[in-house]
Amino acid sequence: MTIKPKIGVVSCSGECCGLGTISRVATRLALEGSDQTVTICLPLFLAGEKQEHSFAKDHPTIAVDGCGKRCAYKAIEKYSKEPSAGVDVEALLKEWGVEPPKGRRTLDTRAFNVASRIAELLAVKIGEIQETA
Amino acid sequence: MKKPVLVIPCSGIGKSFGSISRDAVFRVCDELRPGKADTLCLSLLVLGDEEARRKVAGSTCIAVDGCTLECSGNNVERSGGKIAAHFRVMDLLRQNRGLRPRTVTTLDEDGEKLSKILSEKIAAKVDELWETQP
Repeated sequence: MTIKPKIGVVSCSGECCGLGTISRVATRLALEGSDQTVTICLPLFLAGEKQEHSFAKDHPTIAVDGCGKRCAYKAIEKYSKEPSAGVDVEALLKEWGVEPPKGRRTLDTRAFNVASRIAELLAVKIGEIQETA
Repeated sequence: MKKPVLVIPCSGIGKSFGSISRDAVFRVCDELRPGKADTLCLSLLVLGDEEARRKVAGSTCIAVDGCTLECSGNNVERSGGKIAAHFRVMDLLRQNRGLRPRTVTTLDEDGEKLSKILSEKIAAKVDELWETQP
């Protein structure tokens, strides 16, 4: 029997705009949709010590970032190891021709659907990483 | 000229408490006290972004934390910010024992109620801190 590793999904949750809310909701949806995923709060990972920093060493990790500053990706790379994959929500929205959300507290139906689409993308990446891990 | 009070939530992602901290802060910054209150990305600050550090160092800050690890309060202080007030969702839960938030992705009814209560407390503190600015 092959035991597949749990995959870490770490979101930026950026507070400056709605892109952070999309990255956060997409990450949560991916977590809720699979018992093969785990997460850690990015500020806790950043401010943490050995135990927190070992998170991405223990789990192949996907960084989900709201904007091009890529805080989640850089944090994992700096304190643990290079993420197995990265998702840049801002770049994806541009690629899909979708306007960024106007609100940041709650997502309207259109923005929530975008988050769901990103969660589906994450599910594919999770599967791919598990296959190769 | 007066500067907006910086209100910084932990935005914890594992439990509803972090979602409440985040939701309440957006209520304050975008709905209750726009112009008087502002926020910034906590992770960007902790990563050492110069602009974020300057903003924190030159502002009156309110930290809003979901759990006892207090990532917002600790990280704002480590980044050179002075915390004028610190709100904790755990305290709010003790004061409102009938409310039991369960969801994280989007807040359920009890989570929304707690966020509203918290946002009103933060807004009152923002007013107080705004008035004390020269």
